[in-house]
Amino acid sequence: MTTTAIVGDRPRPTIVLVGHGMVGQRFLEALAERGLTATHRVVVLCEEPRPAYDRVALTSYFSGKTPEDLSLTDLEFLREHGVELHLGDPAVTVDREARRVTSRSGLVVDYDVLVLATGSYPFVPPVPNKDAEGCFVYRTIEDLLAIEEYARTKATTGAVVGGGLLGLEAAGALKGLGLSAHIVEFAPRLMPVQVDEGGGAALLRTIEEMGLSVHTGVGTQEIITDEAGAVTGMKLSDGSELATDLVVFSAGVRPRDQLARDCGLTVGERGGISVDEQCRTVNDPHVFAIGECALAADGRVYGLVAPGYEQAATAAATIAADETEQLTFTGADLSTKLKLLGVDVASFGDAQGTAEDCLDVVYSDSRSGLYKKLVIARDGTLLGGILVGDAEAYGTLRAFTGSVPPVSPESLVLPAGAGESVQLGPSALPDEAIVCSCHNVSKGTIRGAVTEHSCTTVPEVKKCTKAGTGCGSCVKVLGQLVTAELEASGVEVDKGLCGCFAQTREELYEIVLALRVNTYQDLLDRYGRDGARGGDGCDICKPAVGSIIASLAPTIGASGYVLDGEQAALQETNDHFLANLQKNGSYSVVPRIPGGEITPEGLIVIGEIARDFGLYTKITGGQRIDMFGARVEQLPLIWTRLVDAGFESGHAYGKSLRTVKSCVGQTWCRYGVQDSVRMAIDLELRYRGLRSPHKLKSAVSGCARECAEAQSKDFGIIATSNGWNLYVGGNGGATPRHADLLAQDLSDTELIRLIDRFLMFYIRTADRLERTSTWLDRIPGGLDHVRDVVVEDSLGICEELESLMKDHVAHYADEWATTINDPEKLARFVSFVNAPDTPDPVVGFVPERDQIKPDLPLLTIGHRPLEGSAQR
Amino acid sequence: MTLAPETTDLKIQLRLDEDWLTICDLTALTPGRGVAALLPDGRQVALFRDRAGELYAVDNRDPFGGAAVLSRGLTGTHQGRPFVASPLLKQRFDLTSGVCLDDDTVRIETYEVRAA
Ligand code: SRM
Ligand SMILES: Cc1cc2nc3c(=O)[nH]c(=O)nc-3n(C[C@H](O)[C@H](O)[C@H](O)COP(=O)(O)OP(=O)(O)OC[C@H]3O[C@@H](n4cnc5c(N)ncnc54)[C@H](O)[C@@H]3O)c2cc1C
Ligand code: SF4
Ligand code: FES
Repeated sequence: MTTTAIVGDRPRPTIVLVGHGMVGQRFLEALAERGLTATHRVVVLCEEPRPAYDRVALTSYFSGKTPEDLSLTDLEFLREHGVELHLGDPAVTVDREARRVTSRSGLVVDYDVLVLATGSYPFVPPVPNKDAEGCFVYRTIEDLLAIEEYARTKATTGAVVGGGLLGLEAAGALKGLGLSAHIVEFAPRLMPVQVDEGGGAALLRTIEEMGLSVHTGVGTQEIITDEAGAVTGMKLSDGSELATDLVVFSAGVRPRDQLARDCGLTVGERGGISVDEQCRTVNDPHVFAIGECALAADGRVYGLVAPGYEQAATAAATIAADETEQLTFTGADLSTKLKLLGVDVASFGDAQGTAEDCLDVVYSDSRSGLYKKLVIARDGTLLGGILVGDAEAYGTLRAFTGSVPPVSPESLVLPAGAGESVQLGPSALPDEAIVCSCHNVSKGTIRGAVTEHSCTTVPEVKKCTKAGTGCGSCVKVLGQLVTAELEASGVEVDKGLCGCFAQTREELYEIVLALRVNTYQDLLDRYGRDGARGGDGCDICKPAVGSIIASLAPTIGASGYVLDGEQAALQETNDHFLANLQKNGSYSVVPRIPGGEITPEGLIVIGEIARDFGLYTKITGGQRIDMFGARVEQLPLIWTRLVDAGFESGHAYGKSLRTVKSCVGQTWCRYGVQDSVRMAIDLELRYRGLRSPHKLKSAVSGCARECAEAQSKDFGIIATSNGWNLYVGGNGGATPRHADLLAQDLSDTELIRLIDRFLMFYIRTADRLERTSTWLDRIPGGLDHVRDVVVEDSLGICEELESLMKDHVAHYADEWATTINDPEKLARFVSFVNAPDTPDPVVGFVPERDQIKPDLPLLTIGHRPLEGSAQR
Repeated sequence: MTLAPETTDLKIQLRLDEDWLTICDLTALTPGRGVAALLPDGRQVALFRDRAGELYAVDNRDPFGGAAVLSRGLTGTHQGRPFVASPLLKQRFDLTSGVCLDDDTVRIETYEVRAA
């Protein structure tokens, strides 16, 4: 008796996967790719209460990622492939004779193939009181939730036992939680496995500078507790004591091989289920082991995800018995690149220089925390290396490993500008060089994707080859290769906006302005690519052209109201509903609060509205108030009340002016030299509603202390005793950029005239979704060119720029006020066209901290509802 | 899918098993934009009309994000295939087959729809 699933009248063989971690999930994907999910019943026993998630990115939970963000499991994928997933229900016994697995809840499944992907468990050294209250490990989302809770309520100091990769991540997390953090490492340096002494020293300095206390060369002897049994400190091997409220053990991991031991499978001396090159256990052809629980044929247990993915692919290929493509797993590259606490650390190949007769090239600069070492064979072959502080070259260097790089090794580690340094482009790589080590993709395969499978963009190449879809560290090199390949094959790299237009955004802007083209359809039918004329356009060009038409509306004779006529169909969903879409389908509402100044009356109105509609309220990072959780049909009701109270749209949804923040300035502040609040309000009211290639942010500070952070804005203004300094091109976000000074000591009028010109020049020449910061860095001549154009009027266009802005200011009208007075437009604000009074049942909320949050229950998967589906 | 001539009293109808369920006036659909409709069994459908007057109907739920919002996405054509891009994370779905253009392992339900 080997089969339990019956489809039609044909019995299907059963594959049981134990463990739904990173490698388990990859294995399921490999099964699906090989069509095995169609021919087999697939049952997954998952110990954790949630489906597979990105453990590698676990720490990003503390920088704002939610458990949902970390999920690796696409529920639709499981459903489509009929995978039965049992959450919170680990396998407890395996009967290899009967080929049967039993789970904790008593589920019994007979298998034809059993795949163990049970991962590792954190090793906790057997010190006294290791299980005391306040002691944690760092492996699962549940561990993190527990640490966070404890840190918030019961701890001010935390210590991490172990200064390896995970220990540093854990310490960073503790610091992020506001604890003062210690790292205790037995070895004489941090990250002893990955880096050598020099690298460890560079790392140590940088990490200590961040305010973490590092104790190397000492072991933990005992956890000290109070009478209630909670942690108060630890005793170290040098006799000293360290006071701490919380301890995280991160002293390495051990393979979870107990299930395998219990059913008589062979495990290694130091753990790990012994498998052959096909990832089949050495004792039983029906049982496989993959990932961190497996002891590979080369005698190693791999603690990284990339080798696990390779094992997953190998096992799936073996199960498919695909004669044409039999895979083997004979060992893997241990290269890693990490960003630990903001420090780049990378090691690749033979990083420690263990090969016979090898030579080192080392560059070390302790002032800036830089350490770079390359290991080179006598014949010049690059064997490996370590990079600390700057791992820019990692992608290229890793790919050159195993060959003789075409330039001298010194030039590869010297920083840019230090004499001999050269940029070694990926075009110099040999075809066999592995560019993506997560998915084992060579340069040749990537070139093939371009030359043979006619991929022309990085996303296409990713889809075609899988390169770049793992840790992502190779994507940069990928982009360079694709461009180089396209250029080499004589393909003119298409700079067109999208598949519908061969022009850039800037060119389309010029067409619209010069020829007064005022509808999208007209533009597409006359200037679109051949196949696109007369068609429906796409989601890239519609909003981009919609934005150009809106920016130029009064000048070209179009309506300035974005929901008018054809324009409504061009807008992104946020602009179409004049609100920001949230993850559960509800919307947020942000009224404009110019300069951040608001009366008590105004605050009360907002408070009352939020209370009456049950909205979640939050002060934003932009000095205003956001109300979340409005259903689409509530938006007009909410806005009717806001407009009545004198509020208008804050355009939080639009690629347009967001906020002009201000500090209190001269009026109240003893340092202020100008009225920064008044200027901020004036500017916000002048540029409100101005549609642009990307959002625009601004701020005005009353003196050089810069409390309004003007230098991080697209245009920022700082008061001087003589007037105003104007800074441009600042950016917060993912790639912060300090703004550049454009002009000094301007009068009010001069300031506004210059901003008018600057903004209109940006709107005219920037690419779609290009902030002023990237635009300034991209355009030829950079800041100097922009200054020539907008200050010196070198192109003779300043009059036109000013007049375009004048038109905008004169024609501004509040979109929400217009909308609530237009019954036809209001009719769009319904949940269902055929049931306007029924609210969307998917939009639900649950309480949190006295307010609401979206309720996103786990959805039903496979043949039956998920076990533990009440878990959120 | 049916070519819908431009008359005002035409209704949009959706095929459910043997029957045609009337949803709304054809004029309720702006070309290039969608609306959501609720089915008697609680399912939600996103309805679209393109520039040429073709009608399309797919499941309203975004399988990636989970929210029922596909009717609020932008439409367009990609290599001749009409699609809607989810307003959440922008994955595109072929309006005729329901297949996700950015991940062909994912497919959403499609419905027969006509103007009558
Ligand atoms: C609400 C708010 C967070 C908060 O609770 O404080 C917020 C929320 C969002 N931000 Fe932000 N940002 C908010 C202030 C900021 C700030 C701070 C600031 O403005 O001073 C920044 C950094 C400054 C900057 O932009 O240079 C910021 C940088 C971003 C970025 C990165 C931009 C970049 O150039 O790298 C994005 C992504 C994007 O626009 O592509 C983003 C995108 C978003 C989106 C629109 C993401 C999305 O598409 O759903 C969020 C919409 C929330 C919503 O539905 O209402 N948000 N965001 C803040 C609204 C301010 C306001 O009153 O309008
Ligand atoms: C904080 C952190 C950072 C990391 N950073 C990196 C990095 O930067 N680069 C890198 O390559 N690797 C990194 N790793 C390691 C990487 O996460 C692992 O290599 C990878 O998760 C291994 O996958 P796996 O599927 O073998 O094990 P896991 O992902 O651990 O999954 C195993 C699953 O099996 C379950 N299980 C165990 N026993 C049973 C049972 N009897 N029945 C049912 N289920 C069971 C477990 O609960 C678990 O969910 C990191 C790990 C952590 C914790
Ligand atoms: S920037 Fe200057 S004027 Fe404004 S609040 Fe700060 S110190 Fe006062
Ligand atoms: S190296 Fe990790 S995705 Fe390519």
